Order: sequence, then C-alpha cells, then structure tokens
Amino acid sequence: MSVLAQSDSKETFVLNLGPQHPATHGVLRVKLEMDGEYIRHAEPVLGYIHRMHEKMGENRTWAQFMPNTGRMDYLSAMAYNHGYVLAVERAAGIEVPERAEYIRAITVELNRISSHLVWFGAFVLDLGGFTPLLYAFDDREEILDLLQAITGSRLTYCYFRFGGVYNDIDDDFITGTKEFIKRLRERMPMYHNLVTKNIILIKRLRDIGFVDAEMCRKYGATGPVLRGAGVKYDVRKAEPYSSYPEFDFDIPTYPEGDSMARYMVRMDEMEQSMRIIEQALDKLPDGPVIAAKVPKIIKPEKGDYYANVEAARGSFGVRVVSDGTNKPYRLKLRSPSYSNLSVYSEAAKGMLLADALALMGSLDLVIPCIDR
Amino acid sequence: MDFLTNLINQDPGRLLAFLVGIIAFAAFNAAFLVWMERKVAGHIQRRIGPKEVGPFGLLQTVVDGIKLMTKQILIPDNIDPILFRIAPPMLLIPAVMSFAVIPFSETLVAREINTGLLLIFALASINAMGVLLGGWGSNNKYAVISAARAVSQNVAYEIPMLITVITMIMVTHTMNLNEIVRQQDGILSWYIFRWNANPLMLVSFLIFFICSLAETNRAPFDMGEAESELIAGYHTEYAGMGFGLFFMGEYANIVIGCALTVVLFLGGWQSPFGLTPDGVHWFLLKLYFLIFVVIWIRWVYPRTTIYGLLNLSWKILIPISLFNLILTGAMLKLWPLIVS
Repeated sequence: MSVLAQSDSKETFVLNLGPQHPATHGVLRVKLEMDGEYIRHAEPVLGYIHRMHEKMGENRTWAQFMPNTGRMDYLSAMAYNHGYVLAVERAAGIEVPERAEYIRAITVELNRISSHLVWFGAFVLDLGGFTPLLYAFDDREEILDLLQAITGSRLTYCYFRFGGVYNDIDDDFITGTKEFIKRLRERMPMYHNLVTKNIILIKRLRDIGFVDAEMCRKYGATGPVLRGAGVKYDVRKAEPYSSYPEFDFDIPTYPEGDSMARYMVRMDEMEQSMRIIEQALDKLPDGPVIAAKVPKIIKPEKGDYYANVEAARGSFGVRVVSDGTNKPYRLKLRSPSYSNLSVYSEAAKGMLLADALALMGSLDLVIPCIDR
Repeated sequence: MDFLTNLINQDPGRLLAFLVGIIAFAAFNAAFLVWMERKVAGHIQRRIGPKEVGPFGLLQTVVDGIKLMTKQILIPDNIDPILFRIAPPMLLIPAVMSFAVIPFSETLVAREINTGLLLIFALASINAMGVLLGGWGSNNKYAVISAARAVSQNVAYEIPMLITVITMIMVTHTMNLNEIVRQQDGILSWYIFRWNANPLMLVSFLIFFICSLAETNRAPFDMGEAESELIAGYHTEYAGMGFGLFFMGEYANIVIGCALTVVLFLGGWQSPFGLTPDGVHWFLLKLYFLIFVVIWIRWVYPRTTIYGLLNLSWKILIPISLFNLILTGAMLKLWPLIVS
C-alpha cells in the first residue's frame, strides 16, 4: 500500500516530536511539518545530549579516553571500545596476541546480540506490542551476566586494552556462553512464530518505510539499514580486522529496503553472531591475552590513522591524528546512528505519523551515539 | 427484613438501591479490572505483577486511586475551560448509565425496558463525544490527532456493529435485553450457536466482539492513546482524577461491551446445561471470561495503524455484516419452509 500523501491542502501544522517522547528512546527531537496525519517534512534536531567526546579526547591521554567510547553507544559499548583500541593500536604499532583477538570477537558478538535484543523489544514496543520487550530482556540478562563475570560491568565495559584485553576468560564463561547460545537458538523460533509472523506486525512493516541503496549512499547509512536495502556491505568482511577473517559467517541482506527488511536483517544477524561465537570458542587458542610489550605511556608516531569496525548499528570509524605527544591531536568519531538518522528526513516524507515512527524504530537509533 | 425487601422492590427504593449498586459496581470494576489487567499482563510476560499491597496485590489499585485523588489537578494554560472539565465525566456517565438495562440475572436489573438495546447504543455514542471534547479542549496537538482518530474509528466501527445488532433484532424480535436472554435457555439455544437462525452466527459474534474492542479503544485498536505515537492521546494533558475518570470510563465501557456480548450471544444469566441453577454467577463468569480475553489480546498483539483499522472496517467488516443481514433475512423466510 502506498502511503504517499497526495493532499493539496495548504494548511499544515508543526508537531514537535520530542525531545521527550516515548518513541524517540532518548532526547531526540524531530520537528514534523504535518498535513493532518501525513508528514510533509521531518527535520531531526540534535544536540540535547551532546557531551563533546571528541574535544574531551584531545584533552586526555590516549588511555584515558577509553571509557568515553563506551558511553557513546551504550548498547554496543564493546564494539566502540574495539574501534578506538584498533585505531590506537594501528597508530602505536602494537601487536595483539591471537587469544585476545578471539576474546574480542566473542565479547563483541555477544554484545551485538544483546544490542539487537534490546532493539527487537523496543521496536515491537514502538509498534504497540509490550510483551516481546520483557522476553528479549530476559535473554539479554543472560548476556549481561556473562559479560559482567569477565569484565566486571554490565553496560559500559571498557574491557579492552591497547594490546589485548585486561582479563582472561574462564571455563565458566565458556560453558555459560555455550549454554546461552543453545538457549537463544531455542528461543529464536519462538520470536519468529510469535512476532515475525504476526499479521499486524507484517502489515505495519512490509512495503512501508523505504530506504533504498541510493539513499544510503547519499547519507552514508551503514549496518542493518544498508543491508536491509540489499547492499552486501559489512566492515567485518569488507575491511577485515581482528580475528574475523578466520570465521565462517554470512552477511544477511534483504533487497526490499522496507522496515521488514531491516527487521529481518537484525534477526538473522543474531544467528550469524551466534555462529561466530561458537567457532571462536571452538578454535580459541592458548596464550597471553595482552601483548607483553605495551609501553606504559603511549606516544604514537606523528601521523593520521583510521580504524573502522562493524558495531551493532553499522560502521563505527575512529580517526586519530597524533602529533607524537601523550594526547591525541585530533580525534574524530564517525557514529553509525548519526548517518542512519540522516536518511530519516527523506525517507519519512509523505508517511503517516504511525508509519514514520515505525521507520524511526527500524533505524535503531541510540541518541547518545548521534550526539556524541 | 420485609421492610427492606419491600423497599428494594418498590420504585423509589428500588431505584436508589440500584443507583448505589451500579455506581459501586462500576467503581469496583474499575479498580478490580486494573488489578486483573496488571496480573494477566504480568503472567503473560513471565512476571508476577502487583503483589505487595494487600493479598495478591489486590489493594494496589485502591492505593493508586488514593494517589490519583490526592494529586493536584493541573490545568494547562490556553485550554477551553468548559470542554476540558466536562470531557472526563462525559466518558464515564453514559457508560455507568448503560448498566441500568443490563440484566445481571432474571430479577437483578434496574429497569427492564423494551428498548434496552437501543438505549445502550444511544448512550455509547456519547462516548466518542467525550473523547473528542477532551482532545479538542486540551490545546495539545497530540490530543487533537488522537481525538480525530478516535472519532473516525468510532464512526467506522459503529456501522458494522449496528448492522450486526439489526440482524440480532431480526432474529430475536425484541430489543428487551431480558427477553433476549430468556430466549437462550441451554447452550444450544445461545445465539452464538443458533445456526438455524443464521448460518453465520459465529461470524456475527466475531464482528460484534471486534467492533466492541474498537469501540472501547482497546488494543489492538487503541489508536486514541497509542502511547508510542501520541504519548497518551486525548488524555495527555489530564492529571490526577481527570485522568482517573477517563480510566474508569474506559473500563466501564469494556464491561458494558462484554456484558452486551454475553447478553446477545452467550445466554446471559442462563446456565449452559441446565444442571446448575441459572443466576447472576453465570453472567459474571461469562462476563469476566470475555474481559480476560480482551486483556489477553491487548498484551499479545501490536497496535494496528489508523488506516489499517479503517480498511478492516470499511472493506471487510461492513461487507460481511451486510451479507449477514441479507442472509438472516433469507433464512428467516426460508427456514420455516424447509422445516415444514
């Protein structure tokens, strides 16, 4: 069904969605120019939770900035730590032991599953279904328990160090993770039966909220938004880093470009992440978890370095410019949510309010990540 | 004792007793159904729901009610002072008045009048007015959108509902709710199973039930207060007991909708097999079972959209109910011929 407004009424009004609104999941404000319930123009207004992370980075030592990265996208903090650690390791030329790379992959993928579970619950909540949220949180709780046991923290981990990770994983974690994967594999069919196949959900997502590949290219949208538009791009495959080249996994893509495609991409990604974790646990090499010769004070050579990782919401890039001192000269963080939000104005044009909010949910925005 | 029985059976006394009884029943239900809703929701979501205040958390809603009553009633600037204040009672009062003709049992009915069904629908259409005025009067864009949605929804769903009711009246030959229940003695003569009156009686029941969900703004048709889109819809600006009255009105409407379904289709106070005595307990059992279904639906389904909702009404329910009407007419003429 096409939901394009073809009304020629000149009478519009401005609806101020946010910064406090249940559907924006944070302090995002969207100025909507409405014609009845149709959206003529949507303009996201940012900055309500801006904390100047980039400037903060220029005033701290390389290591001191680590915790900040986890506070950008609090739902996939591990991947953000990874991006920053990777950039600094490239800058300072630090080698990471193989075991540490494997542990990084395991924890990042666990974190990706937990992030997608939160998205799943919150997205169905946006559509008016309350119950899946609590089931998803039930599963996520297991992941948080596992990660808490090894990192000491449940949300903003800061588990990675330059040259490895700070704590080795133990047998409890390995068996616990295997049990969790078994459990989630059993629960995924339930989610599909109860939610994915629900007639109301299908009617609200299919053929609604188109974001095509061209639009993604224009605004730089990545991650599930891009893969939901049929483009097979994943940083883990396109620019392999860490131990990812050693694992066998697929990039789920759906060519439709509607809200349903993005929904399915994320649901399939959880299964792929489980595959990666299983392989990593099976192949886990022995050895140290942190490089022996990491300098106490990091002073990378003068230069310009960039690292890119696949976070739960897309490509997270860190560009660091070093002038040879113990602080970065310039730090630039490319957050996927910001680029993904940029398609919103164009994609939401002419949509009904309810569909536009479903579209916003399907972009999986984390506001602190947009505002940095 | 005789004096009391006389008082209840004679007119001014009877009226007073039922007036108090109905208001008490409506208020009790508002509190009990909130508790039930939270308990059912809890168990559907693998939680236990309220449990701290009173046994099984039964007093939780009483405490919530006290909280609502003691809260300051915030009245925003630039509202329409009259409409804003009369909207909540306008939602509650017609719903409570409808109880006057609901036959809880053979004798337990405030007023057995011959046009009871008509009266209920006349009162039910005031509901939409209350929502519209509340949304319009509170000078809030979300509330206005919500009010517009609720009204178009009510209009769209009243049509198939009334067509279904007309088919029912064709079969029952009466609008007296007591008489309708008296016709349904034993489970096979419940109107939901009277296939000889209309082969599609089960469909009629479903249409009526879906429409009563939509009429009461319940999920999956809760367009009016879609919290992820319109915050709280038409009662966004209401605080304290203003909100409380809207809430009570909503639950009273659910009770009325389900009670009407029980009366029309499920045999009211009649016991299904004739083994146990008829009476108010059967009515309440059926009523609370239907209410449980309503709550159940809310917690397992996502919300539809307003156009999906209108499509369902205009493209599916209205054609089916019109066909149903014709079929019933044909059956009424043909069945005697087939039998004889």
